[in-house]
Amino acid sequence: MVEWTECERATIKDIFAKLDYDSVGPAALSRCLIVYPWTQRYFSKFGNLYNAAAIMGNPNVAKHGKIILHDLERGVKNMDNLKETYADLSVLHSETLHVDPDNFKLISDCLTIVVASRMGKAFTGEVQAAFQKFLAAVVSALGRQYH
Amino acid sequence: MTSLTAKDKEAVKAIWAIVSGKKDDIGTDAVARMLTVYPQTRTYFSHWKDLSPTSPAVRKHGVTVMAGVADAVSKIDDLKGGLLALSELHAFTLRVDPANFKILSHCILVVMAIMFPKEFTPEIHVAMDKFLAAVALALAEKYR
Repeated sequence: MVEWTECERATIKDIFAKLDYDSVGPAALSRCLIVYPWTQRYFSKFGNLYNAAAIMGNPNVAKHGKIILHDLERGVKNMDNLKETYADLSVLHSETLHVDPDNFKLISDCLTIVVASRMGKAFTGEVQAAFQKFLAAVVSALGRQYH
Repeated sequence: MTSLTAKDKEAVKAIWAIVSGKKDDIGTDAVARMLTVYPQTRTYFSHWKDLSPTSPAVRKHGVTVMAGVADAVSKIDDLKGGLLALSELHAFTLRVDPANFKILSHCILVVMAIMFPKEFTPEIHVAMDKFLAAVALALAEKYR
């Protein structure tokens, strides 16, 4: 299980408290689909993903981006229990959606970059370290039920 | 991975024109950030007295790295040939594990997003990510 310092807990809660989920989620997912285009393989039913403008304007992408951020919030509220928190989602991504878990790292990196651009100088090295540790722990929990 | 398209090269040159004035600050923050976020990278700098973000050694190294990136931008049409000397340095003297190139690249991108949030669009992001990956590949050319 992941050990969190008080500083890390406070940092992560603080980041999420200040985030505009409905803007950051869509921005992170669309960035992932643009920067790592092979991830589009999981979104063939989303409609027009033909170019960056289409992706950024796609309402299905936006909706899904918001869902992802709200699901991350569950992790923030259950930092000591991530494996159980994400067990169902892990099964879903493995058995139903058939997502290669390496992709979780790709969207994590895009989310880090979007949060960095929103927080500016407040996104210090220490804040980045805590945020990336949290995302890595979520990614690990999401990969747990894969067989 | 893939080679750089004409569109990629244009995007890299365009964003470089915007950020190059701040390249020393970018480099300093990227190296400082790398040492904080990825503590295993500190193993390459055991000879430095001070590994804190404000240390002169960190700034000097950030400046050195970004001078290399600037050089790579100017040689974007032939990175393998243009970065030959740097590749030999990294292969025979520094022997930095190539996994670390990815780590430092990520930190550079994070700093660019912080300092230039409007300009660091997804299209610029993908071009810079590809470019830094191509630079990393050129640097690892002489490893074995």
